Amino acid sequence: MKFEVNGNEVFASTGGRPFDKNKPLIIFVHGSGLTHMTWVLQTRYFAFHGYSVLAVDMPGHGLSSGKSLKSIEDMADWINDVIDAVGYKEASLVGHSQGCLVTVECTSRYPDKIKTLSLMGGAGAIPMNPELLELAENNDPKAVDLMMDWAHGPAGHFGGHPVPGLYHINTGGMLAKSRTIKETLGVDFRACDNYKNGFEAAKKIKIPTLSILATDDKMCPVKEGKKLADLIDGSKVDIIDNCGHMMLLEEADRVLKVLKKFITTNYPPLNT
Amino acid sequence: MSDKKIPNPKTYKFDTLSLHAGYQPHKNAGSRQVPIYQTTSYLFDDVDHAAALFNLERGGHIYSRISNPTVGVLEERVASLEGGTAALATSSGMSAIFLTVMTLCEAGDHLVVSSQLYGGTVNLFRLTLPKFGIKCTFVKPRDTEGFKKAIQKNTKGIFGELVGNPGNEIMNMPEIAKIAHDAGIPLMIDATYQTPYLCKPFEHGADIVVHSLTKWMAGHGSSMAGILVEGGNFDWMQNDKFPTMTKPYEGYHGLSFAEEFGPTAFTMKARAEGMRDFGPCLSPQNAWNVLQGIETLSVRMKKHCSNADEMVKYLSNHESVAWVSHPNVPDHPDHELAKKLLPNGRGSMIAFGIKGGKDAGVAFINNVKLASHLANVGDTRTLVIHPASGTHSQMDEATLKFAGLSHDMIRLSVGIEDIDDIKNDFEIGFRAARKPRLVSNQ
Ligand SMILES: Cc1ncc(COP(=O)(O)O)c(C=O)c1O
Repeated sequence: MKFEVNGNEVFASTGGRPFDKNKPLIIFVHGSGLTHMTWVLQTRYFAFHGYSVLAVDMPGHGLSSGKSLKSIEDMADWINDVIDAVGYKEASLVGHSQGCLVTVECTSRYPDKIKTLSLMGGAGAIPMNPELLELAENNDPKAVDLMMDWAHGPAGHFGGHPVPGLYHINTGGMLAKSRTIKETLGVDFRACDNYKNGFEAAKKIKIPTLSILATDDKMCPVKEGKKLADLIDGSKVDIIDNCGHMMLLEEADRVLKVLKKFITTNYPPLNT
Repeated sequence: MSDKKIPNPKTYKFDTLSLHAGYQPHKNAGSRQVPIYQTTSYLFDDVDHAAALFNLERGGHIYSRISNPTVGVLEERVASLEGGTAALATSSGMSAIFLTVMTLCEAGDHLVVSSQLYGGTVNLFRLTLPKFGIKCTFVKPRDTEGFKKAIQKNTKGIFGELVGNPGNEIMNMPEIAKIAHDAGIPLMIDATYQTPYLCKPFEHGADIVVHSLTKWMAGHGSSMAGILVEGGNFDWMQNDKFPTMTKPYEGYHGLSFAEEFGPTAFTMKARAEGMRDFGPCLSPQNAWNVLQGIETLSVRMKKHCSNADEMVKYLSNHESVAWVSHPNVPDHPDHELAKKLLPNGRGSMIAFGIKGGKDAGVAFINNVKLASHLANVGDTRTLVIHPASGTHSQMDEATLKFAGLSHDMIRLSVGIEDIDDIKNDFEIGFRAARKPRLVSNQ
């Protein structure tokens, strides 16, 4: 659906069901240069099972208008604005990669609004490889090719997509190339590289938190993800073998299963 | 920025993908070969799982008309080789083309189509699609401007074969892609004759690629199969021409394919709607046979092309041959374009004129022993056919000409036998072809 936040039109997938304000809200926040489509194998499930879902396209990404936000802090505030804009007082957040930085920062800033936090392929900081950052800022498609290489584990590289007929690396690559690379990936990578508050923000988080990490994740290795999780009181960690950074697609069923248990326990659906 | 510092992506390359893409042994009992999932249907864990699969909430298999794990490996493998986002395999090349059109078009729509196509495809566009309310305008493949002029308000796409059959005329794919995109419509290319080894149409602006996998991809003349592949770059939401892609679809709880699946929307729709309602599914056994063929695609295509190059030279210098058509012939009108679009080789389809006309053609075909006389192309074996006496024998001179054929034309699909044996076999055919003339001259 489309709605307005701070005067700009925003697109968010509602997971194939009409947006229903009576149901608890889950917001999914995508990674650098990507779009709402990375969440397709989680969002539809929750939308069909008692939740209102918004898999947002960040400003300037996917089908959302405006310019990309330049800092993780601005993105965190923007997620809060999204909750206000759709008329909710609270929400659960799910983030992937850069989306983890955003949702961690958002949760620390708006502790009363955020009810659960689920992090996928997250870390307390995501310092960028300088060459990769430079390529993205120079609008070089090689940045996307490198990101797709590093972001995928064996499932991505060999294939075996949970949705028959889809090929991971090219699908991800096409998403990241769907707008101007330097205006999406370039700005996002710089924002990740600049963000230094992740560990401090994590210490402030007191809500149920889940981290899903993957053994073959080269972008946010398990070690980094654990470092972040250790700072959050009582946070749960699930580690997936033989899987890369794009676990939400590479091991979509496993991710959904863990996410489902965590969210429905800590933030129950509206049973209709 | 110095190029040295920048690492190169280590994603697998063509020859590796043709052996491995789409398959992980450890998820299949360690079976090194792709298993043949000879089954119609798949267990649901519980009712919730069943509903989730039907609602496209989760990926997975329901029923082999819609998808099958063996067929799925083939789909991913071809998508990876083409540089596409997704693919859908079908029971034949024709059903892949039909499904592509039916996913794109509704009654009242129009397509601009190259006039040099495989005969079955011509019939589909000329005679069958109008029965569904879909009309086509045919344009000669080399008439790039003609494609632009033929576009109407209700035109939903441009379709063609990169190298036309049998005249070997080449579409200027990059230019025609630009024309399509300026009009907000996709370019669909039948790349059967090229395979992704010779050309990846997505790199030249195509949006959908279709193949008859029956031919060079499978390669061994054993199995019928087809596939449609999506490039993922076409923006279905840029205009209001594609409501069935962009508007809520009643068949799936108001799903908008373009919104939900973006770069894979076309394939998702072709499967969810087309496979469900038309059902031209590929059998797992045939999918496996095609996978076997694709494992050696590069090796075979190299030999097909080097043998074809040899045959072009041999035929061009032969006293019994009036003319040779192949993009490698230096005076072929598209010789330069072919070098640009087909850098790895120009394919193994040759047409040539035999001196002595129809009778000579008949004698040649009836006397070759190694070359097989049949209605197929892209076998590992050398194939020949004389359209004027066989497939097109009902046609008079004028109709033959319209179809790009002539009485003296022999169509040759060069196999990967030893080149000397192919030439020796042709010598037998040519000798027989010269005989009737010698007799009548006396
Ligand atoms: C270029 C081309 N496209 C499509 C087809 C149809 O494919 P199939 O015979 O697999 O249905 C053919 C068959 O000869 C062909 O040559």
